[in-house]
Amino acid sequence: MLQSFADFMAYRVFGLTPLSPLGGAVDFFIYDTIKIFIMLALIIFLVSLIRSFFPAERTKKLLSHKREFLGNILAALLGIVTPFCSCSAVPVFIGFVESGVPLGVTFSFLISSPMVNEVALIMLWGLFGWKIAAIYIGTGLIVAIVGGIIIGKLKLEYLVEEYVYNIKMTETELAALTWKERINYAGGYVLDILKKVWLYVVIGIAIGGFIHGYAPADFLVKYAGPNNFFAVPLAVLIGVPLYSNAAGIIPIVHVLMEKGMAMGTVLAFMMAVTALSLPEMIILRKVLKPKLIGIFIGIMSVAIIFVGYLFNAIMG
Amino acid sequence: MNLKILGTGCSNCAKMEKATREAVAKLGIVADIEKVEDMARIMSYGVMSTPALVVNEEVKITGRVPNVAKIIEILQTELNK
Repeated sequence: MLQSFADFMAYRVFGLTPLSPLGGAVDFFIYDTIKIFIMLALIIFLVSLIRSFFPAERTKKLLSHKREFLGNILAALLGIVTPFCSCSAVPVFIGFVESGVPLGVTFSFLISSPMVNEVALIMLWGLFGWKIAAIYIGTGLIVAIVGGIIIGKLKLEYLVEEYVYNIKMTETELAALTWKERINYAGGYVLDILKKVWLYVVIGIAIGGFIHGYAPADFLVKYAGPNNFFAVPLAVLIGVPLYSNAAGIIPIVHVLMEKGMAMGTVLAFMMAVTALSLPEMIILRKVLKPKLIGIFIGIMSVAIIFVGYLFNAIMG
Repeated sequence: MNLKILGTGCSNCAKMEKATREAVAKLGIVADIEKVEDMARIMSYGVMSTPALVVNEEVKITGRVPNVAKIIEILQTELNK
């Protein structure tokens, strides 16, 4: 139905010729934009409703004094449902450490939470299909679990700023929300996110549509195909400064894949965009010494590059 | 009445402060409104997701910005105590 609407707009209303590059680009743009916005609104609403049951305070209780390994798995999973933005990374970190969540488990949460975020997932699902979205979730969780276990094993507690250990928290029992409040919260959250990402989504899809219509089909095989050894690390390097633009990046990556970018390279690039973010590192500097931030970035880069090579080897 | 807005200076914290001031003005009550940005003090309330609203040293809302009506409701309940 959406496709016929897009066809109607592109070929009837704008009078473009089907199969022409411009017609193809416009058709693609209309179809993807409408689809993505419908998905964003519906799914973010549902996700927010679920999240209203998992405030960070509750997640903290669930994770406190958990043993490593099991704790890492639980933390990575809770990272998906606990509402989190990089602006609350510091209180979440301090709260976890203060209540006895092991450092490695805390890191599993800090890795999975931004990486397996709902906007990236919806865009991946909508544009690449559920299989690739599922692969992204699965590998993202594994990276978060393994990364956290390694940091835990390295015994890096001394690289956390000392004042963190001196902060004392009180336990607060918050009144449970009513359904009306949950729905209000979810609705407000949808608007917040849409306001934040709509322009990136539109621009991303527009650029994607342009490449879709004009670039030859094997345009990228040589540079970003499975046989170029440097494609994965390069993709990671390019991904780091693009944080918070996952919404705009995914439509572009989608057409890049269509034009020959290898699957592993796509995954590595996406993970670098969401999980290795410069602003978050700067925020985390308030609680972590530079050396620990360096180790964190190092482990994440290696893990992400490994994921890229692995999937290129399997699927390329 | 003593009101505190806990937040590290994100945009939602500013929205929370604005909504709180509006609620206080609409109720026409006298309230002492303080914005707490010091991390140790924020954490001492047991709050991990900002912004948060504290009424007479009791945490009422965390991690979201309520609408003005909701804040008025909270303040009214507190007044009737």
